[in-house]
Amino acid sequence: MALLEIRELSVRFGGVVALDRVSFSVDAGEVVALIGPNGAGKTTLFNVITRVYKPSSGSVLIDGEPVSRVSPHHVVRHGLARTFQNLALFRSMSVLENVLVGDHIRTRSGWLESTIPMPGAMRAESAARKRAMEMIDFVGLGAAATRPIAALPFGTQKRVELARALVSKPRILLLDEPAGGISHEEVDAMAQLLRRIHDQLDVTMLLVEHHMAFVMGISDRVVVLDFGKKIAEGKPGEVQRNPAVIEAYLGAA
Amino acid sequence: MLQRIRAAPPRYWLVVIAVLFFAGFPTVISSFQAAQWANALILVIAIMGLNILVGYSGQLSLGHGAFMALGAYTSAILAHRYKMDYLLTVPIAGLLTGLVGFLFGVPALRLSALYLALATFALAVVTPSLIKRPVALTNGVNGIILLPPDPPQFAKDAFSAVTGTVMTSEQWTYYVTFAWALLLFWLAWNLVRHRSGRAMRALRDGEVAAAASGVNIAGYKMLAFGISALYAGIAGSLFGMSSGFVSPDSFPVGLSIQLLVGAVIGGLASIPGPLAGGIFAYFLPIESNQWVPAQTWIPTQIASTVEKAGPAVTYGAILILIMIFAPNGIVGLVTSGYERLRRRLRGAADRETGQAPPDPQTV
Repeated sequence: MALLEIRELSVRFGGVVALDRVSFSVDAGEVVALIGPNGAGKTTLFNVITRVYKPSSGSVLIDGEPVSRVSPHHVVRHGLARTFQNLALFRSMSVLENVLVGDHIRTRSGWLESTIPMPGAMRAESAARKRAMEMIDFVGLGAAATRPIAALPFGTQKRVELARALVSKPRILLLDEPAGGISHEEVDAMAQLLRRIHDQLDVTMLLVEHHMAFVMGISDRVVVLDFGKKIAEGKPGEVQRNPAVIEAYLGAA
Repeated sequence: MLQRIRAAPPRYWLVVIAVLFFAGFPTVISSFQAAQWANALILVIAIMGLNILVGYSGQLSLGHGAFMALGAYTSAILAHRYKMDYLLTVPIAGLLTGLVGFLFGVPALRLSALYLALATFALAVVTPSLIKRPVALTNGVNGIILLPPDPPQFAKDAFSAVTGTVMTSEQWTYYVTFAWALLLFWLAWNLVRHRSGRAMRALRDGEVAAAASGVNIAGYKMLAFGISALYAGIAGSLFGMSSGFVSPDSFPVGLSIQLLVGAVIGGLASIPGPLAGGIFAYFLPIESNQWVPAQTWIPTQIASTVEKAGPAVTYGAILILIMIFAPNGIVGLVTSGYERLRRRLRGAADRETGQAPPDPQTV
């Protein structure tokens, strides 16, 4: 069974059809890239999957369970975490604190238990800190753990977002332009990091990306959107030669 | 143990010094001044609560005076009508107000920042009239007169052992307020640096990202409202104890504004901020009303205007100055000054050893 399944998903904003009956699925262990020209509906699709937007029709299933009606904060409990296109880090916090927020669902202690510092809550807190530090080390930011977010360069902040998403132990990770806005060397390092996340942490990935070399190098399968419709799907090499895709990107000859 | 004490960061020493200061200095000041400082600490407690809401969870309230009124009247009614020990009524008032605040958070969820500010402001505006209506319960415009608290024997003994004078009820009120402030500051400090407090700060910084991390936005917003109201309720209850009298006019709209001004002046989203802000917000109008008329160089028209307008003028002037020169409040001003000093000292040391300070951009 597919780990993530998108079924006939449509989203309309007033008269604008942002997604038009899009269907595809991601199997466990796969890396699937979602590409398409600007405005094709890629980020909208991510926002529907994570329940920022409500779908007009259709459904999203994680491991067979429908999540298109759950509250936004419940999606991550189904094992789906994400990163954001223009970074959505908690600006006033340190790297460690950001990652600890990502750990939110793995601890149960309520507000009263940590306000009147109960031993159980304090143990849970130090366990959470340990997990967060491990993940910060994993993305290679161990030395910057206590630094405030605002003081870090953009590429480093992207890795903080990754650590924050990963610490929730997701089965599937949604990456919105992981290679966007970073330097050439950083793009290679990011591809390596994603491969390590995939292999060592056993995380399935769905990513939106414009950097074609990056997409072709990392993904098992590519789904192409244009004007809210799926126009192609297949292996990276096949998609590159697909006339509909070439037309969508370059316009008709 | 000694090693650990020596290794403690300077802020722990500041806490120890502050606690000793606030515990000790009522023994050397007059009973009247102790009453003033008790009132200042009451404001500090309410501002701490407001700071949890505004500073840490990013929701605006212009009506926290209403929660103080609820706490004060809960205690006054319990103590006056049901002859309950006033000290016992304080936590009850806090819990009841906290519950009401939590429920007030429900409509607040549906309102954007601006409308939430208006809704809370409306709450502050209607509170005095709301109190006047149920005359049988609140005694209407006449208010409720409370008996001055009698210090218990152990406190009297301890106080006279230190100062050689008899403890007044004002001094006892001060110590009760101080104990509550200490407890509530400790609780706030625990709250904001653990899971729940982080969740509040996360939703303030970005709701979408916080929800994607599994933070229940609605739940934590309501929780922030509830905890914040609990603080205001306790502050209100202590206010009744310190003033010996609660009436609808004890909780004007200006009180809510005073709380917000104090929170901003002290520094939002910081634990020592409300302490500085509360003391400032309490003493500023009192001091300036004494100081301004005494200055011969200030034209009499201006001086009398300031006197008539009361705290509003000085608040306004100070707020403008704070906004320009210390956007992070008193605490922000002090910490950035300390950082600058430390960097300069460290830079000097590095020049001697020939070692460059680490570039903050490298990771």
